[in-house]
Amino acid sequence: MSIAKKHGSLLQLDARTKKRNAAERRFRAYGLSAICVACAALLMLLTSIIGNGASAFRQTFISFPVTIDAAEVAAAESALLKTGAYNTILETSLLEYLTENDLLADTPVDEAFGLVSGEAGSTFRQFILANPDAAGTTFQLDLLANGRIDGYFKGRVTADAALLDKNVSPAQLQLADRLAEHGTLVRKFNWSFFTNPDASDQRPEAAGLGVAILGSIYMMLVVLFLALPIGVAASIYLEEFARKSWITDVIEVNIANLAAVPSIVYGILGLAIFINFAEFNQSSPLVGGLVLTLMTLPTIIISTRASLKSIPPSIRDAALGVGASKMQSVFHHVLPLAAPGILTGTIIGLAQALGETAPLLLIGMVAFVREYPAAWTPEAGLFGEASTALPVQVYNWTQRSDPAFVERASGAIITLLVFLLIMNAVAIYLRKKFERRW
Amino acid sequence: MLPLYVPIAAIVALTLWSHVRARAKALRAAGGDSRLLTSLPHQHGLNVGFATLLPPMALAGVWALLAKIASGYGVALMPQNMTPVYIFLIALAVLGHWWGLSRVSQTYRARNASERWIMGLLVFASSIAILTTVGIVLSMVSETANFFSQYDWRDFFFSTTWSPNFRGNSDLGILPLIWGTLYVSFIALVFAVPIGLFAAVYLSEYASPRMRSVAKPMIEVLAGIPTIVYGLFALVTVGPILRDYFAAPMGLGQSASSVMTAGVVMGIMLIPFVSSLSDDIINAVPQSLRDGSLGLGATKSETIRQVVVPAALPGIVGAVLLAASRAIGETMIVVLGAGAAARLSLNPFEAMTTVTVKIVSQLTGDTDFASPETLVAFALGLTLFVITLGLNVVALIIVRKYREQYE
Repeated sequence: MSIAKKHGSLLQLDARTKKRNAAERRFRAYGLSAICVACAALLMLLTSIIGNGASAFRQTFISFPVTIDAAEVAAAESALLKTGAYNTILETSLLEYLTENDLLADTPVDEAFGLVSGEAGSTFRQFILANPDAAGTTFQLDLLANGRIDGYFKGRVTADAALLDKNVSPAQLQLADRLAEHGTLVRKFNWSFFTNPDASDQRPEAAGLGVAILGSIYMMLVVLFLALPIGVAASIYLEEFARKSWITDVIEVNIANLAAVPSIVYGILGLAIFINFAEFNQSSPLVGGLVLTLMTLPTIIISTRASLKSIPPSIRDAALGVGASKMQSVFHHVLPLAAPGILTGTIIGLAQALGETAPLLLIGMVAFVREYPAAWTPEAGLFGEASTALPVQVYNWTQRSDPAFVERASGAIITLLVFLLIMNAVAIYLRKKFERRW
Repeated sequence: MLPLYVPIAAIVALTLWSHVRARAKALRAAGGDSRLLTSLPHQHGLNVGFATLLPPMALAGVWALLAKIASGYGVALMPQNMTPVYIFLIALAVLGHWWGLSRVSQTYRARNASERWIMGLLVFASSIAILTTVGIVLSMVSETANFFSQYDWRDFFFSTTWSPNFRGNSDLGILPLIWGTLYVSFIALVFAVPIGLFAAVYLSEYASPRMRSVAKPMIEVLAGIPTIVYGLFALVTVGPILRDYFAAPMGLGQSASSVMTAGVVMGIMLIPFVSSLSDDIINAVPQSLRDGSLGLGATKSETIRQVVVPAALPGIVGAVLLAASRAIGETMIVVLGAGAAARLSLNPFEAMTTVTVKIVSQLTGDTDFASPETLVAFALGLTLFVITLGLNVVALIIVRKYREQYE
């Protein structure tokens, strides 16, 4: 009966079976926890970014009545420092408003205007130049509040920190509290975050993504108009026409390797070929687009070839059977059927290109650009004006000292992720809608 | 001098007109009945259009390229005033137009002729992949040679100090950078490979279809997030957490940017990469192997550990190598997370720097392309390219061998 003793009953587990079952459960737990770690990492990433960046979309504005007459406008326009002159007018109006409403209290007079952003003068000037009729009347003006004041309402700046900060004083924070109670300081949705150009180190409140978004759009246009036709043509040749030879082998291995080359190497290529050799403009969306085109080509070629491969040969045979040439069978039948797959691959390639940063740093897109780049100018040519891009703007802002720029950078990332989300959603929708099993 | 868009617009307009005229002429040749033609009128149009458009465009491209190369040697192929060149190109287009039109007849095989043009375009498009590689290699090799003519290659490869100095007399030893790169990549892989592998095993062997449909896309979202996002995550969240809860209490350092920060965040980035590659590979293991093992009484985890994973091992090794090549070439995470100090140290909570960080720092800002401090970036780039290319080639060979094994 020794055998029965060793293995026991089927209904009662022996020690070894228990151990093996425990090992089985442990193994499953490892697998499950691996997935949990991955998902937790994703959640942490998103919470961190959204937590830091969501407040970038709301901004504190200060709104008070301003009076200006035509003589003052003329004087300010002829001044050497035009925005400085406008600032002086604003300061007088603000002080008038504060004393009228008895809000100034014990705040030193020269500190009151510190609540307003340094950008206010130029905002005011643009407003006056756009509405010349406003001169001589009193009107309510919404101006950006200083970044520190904005940070105070967002919890970034405290009264204790203000004591040590030479840019803001506790008295100013108290004044800000009174103004908020009075309804002069209000938080509103910050449209200018999407339209303003970048601002200097001292004015985080005025920094926006306008130039970056425009630059990214230009680059995506370049990538779309170059990478899509070239990628599709190359895939058609390799998939449908190329005979197996060492040349096509070399091309295939090459494409597989290009897909895995670090993106920064493309930046070096862009710098050496497009900027140093071909002498295209530095920091231009054209060069950025060309570099990103070369980077996305392998992705597009690989996905296009996969969707061409999935079209059954019977389609080609039928076309050839009724007298089409090989070229006609491809362009009239195979390509239209493969189009949804190609489009999906292209959108995913574009999304990848949109988030790429490293190569753009090398071709000079980190430059501080305040002018909106034009799509075409006679001097700079097509997409030749200096610009920046969304991910590069994020990098740029992380390099600045004021913590308000971390909020801006996170806000910019949220914007970028929304763009990516839309692109991927479109790709998934197209795939679901046109997916066909043969 | 004419602006550039004048000849382009003229040639494009002529091309469109060629198409119209060739169609009309073909139809006329057949007496208005297109059934009598050997090729369709549209194909005649295409053929003449291509004959008008492509030769001047190709010539202009080749000319511009040659002139750029020649100007590097002090030979001016491009005249000061471009107008005669433009006129010549337009004349070439007119010539092509006239030649193409003269060949339109009832029996001319325009379909074959137009397809030859299209074929040429397709071949040109696929050669761009080759040209890109040639461009990468050429651009880096020539500048690297330039660098080594100013700086001793032994000092570059074997010196342990990296201290560039834009007034000259810099120490540009690559060893601390390579050390930082490998250290960060190692930590990233230690983090990503077990998690990615277990996730892949669980998803392909255990998970219910419903769980799979939720967890798999979630992991893949990680793959679609741009690296700058991970970089900011490292800078703002992970770095301070690691410093405040690990490095500072343990007395290992006070720096938020460290090898650990960059490594952990890069590990998160690599999880989907490892898991989706391993998923494919595990799914390629034939079911008969699993069935055999289960039939002998092994539990599911025993089957996985003793049959599925060993069978998939070469493929998994390939996937890990691909992940390693990714980690080595990754830039934004290390730029924002690892720091800028080049040092050889074992402490993972100390800031170190990598090859990619130094490429960025040497090539951004005001650069002087004659000084070794700038040119070193090309040598670094070439080193990076060679390492990642080697890893990729080995990985692709292993993965391909493995696939053939079960086909």
